[in-house]
Amino acid sequence: MQSERKIRVLIAKPGLDSHDRGAKVVARALRDAGMEVIYTGLRQTPEQIVETALQEDVDVIGLSILSGAHMALFPRIMELLKEKGLTDVLVFAGGIIPEEDIPELKKIGIKEVFGPGTSTETIIKYVLENAPKRR
Amino acid sequence: MQKIDEIAKGVLAGDKRSIAKAITIAENSLEEAQSLIAAIYPHTGKAHIIGLTGPGGAGKSTLIEKMVREYRRRGKTVGVIAVDPTSPFTGGAFLGDRIRMQELTTDNGVFIRSMATRNNPGGIAKATKDAVKILDASGKDVIIVETVGAGQSEVDIIKVAQTIIVIHAPGLGDEIQAIKAGMMEIADIFVVNKADRENADKTVMDIQAMLQLNNKEKAWTPPIIKTVALTGEGVPQLIEKIDEHWQYLQKGVLHKRSWEKAEAELVEAIKEKVTSSIIEKLKREKRFEEILRQIVNREIDPASAAEKLLNQILE
Repeated sequence: MQSERKIRVLIAKPGLDSHDRGAKVVARALRDAGMEVIYTGLRQTPEQIVETALQEDVDVIGLSILSGAHMALFPRIMELLKEKGLTDVLVFAGGIIPEEDIPELKKIGIKEVFGPGTSTETIIKYVLENAPKRR
Repeated sequence: MQKIDEIAKGVLAGDKRSIAKAITIAENSLEEAQSLIAAIYPHTGKAHIIGLTGPGGAGKSTLIEKMVREYRRRGKTVGVIAVDPTSPFTGGAFLGDRIRMQELTTDNGVFIRSMATRNNPGGIAKATKDAVKILDASGKDVIIVETVGAGQSEVDIIKVAQTIIVIHAPGLGDEIQAIKAGMMEIADIFVVNKADRENADKTVMDIQAMLQLNNKEKAWTPPIIKTVALTGEGVPQLIEKIDEHWQYLQKGVLHKRSWEKAEAELVEAIKEKVTSSIIEKLKREKRFEEILRQIVNREIDPASAAEKLLNQILE
């Protein structure tokens, strides 16, 4: 008897954003698509996010940011993930991220960036198709 | 993919990544989980396992955060397993207990893991008891298991924990209704949280009244502790009581409980293995489909059909 393998997703809010509407909408959508979604809550440091991903053994991390600090926080998160050996985790981002920053973010390993107005169906489909088939 | 024995070694060394992977294995793969638990089992049995249960909104996660801080002040390492329900419709789960504990995340003496029930009834996940063993083997001094927001039937925590805390708070509606039957019997310690609210004393009195109705002579009478989880008030007293209960257990009751727990786990393991092997065997036989057809056509009822099949197989 084999239990069903679930996709585990961490939705994380790095930095000093004061609301998390979008993050919660995405978390809920992924839950309703049958995934196990862990949510960190607001104002997380890169260290907290990476440590949470490690302890929860997630397959996917979704970073949500509105404050504009993504170019400072995301590289640190990606660096810590590498340091801890979490290189097989799929990382995507969403929130307010200017078009011109996206190539740089992709270069450091963030696989996709979803801007405002992205439908939840798009994100679900993306995660289902790209979550690493581990174990 | 790491080998099981490598992961087991990592667990015993207290390596966080290995602990995390081990719990994933316990959740996902029965066969691998069995060899993993077999490898670590001799190293379990050292931790004090505490279960925290009670209705949603009573403040379980917030209280755990403060309990962990108090244990850390006392130099203990702590593992936390927070269980949330899986949706029976989508199979998904939102695991949000961690939000209130995030500041503990980067403390090396703390390991927190969220678990979905995956539709296991009883208030905990099927893999929760394995996750407890993994944290135990990793050397954590104290392991706290938070059940899903429980009503009356979510009492499986008793099979996992040694000290059960039932938490309640004033103003949750229905007052003591929520912890009648079931909940009342499993409690080793009662916590009335949000004790700064004006009707907290009434909640305490309600619990006292319920306890007095239970006139069985007991060696341990569950104390009632008032806490304010938001500020941490009452938490040191709670930890004192938990330690007292632990000492009480070690004076002899623990041994008896360990036997009962071992028996329950053994019987359950046998049931699971026997059932799945018999069913697999039956499904491969032609008779299985034939008898299904008879049930559908109302020629035989399911219980008699089961008896008939089993008699043939057990002969």
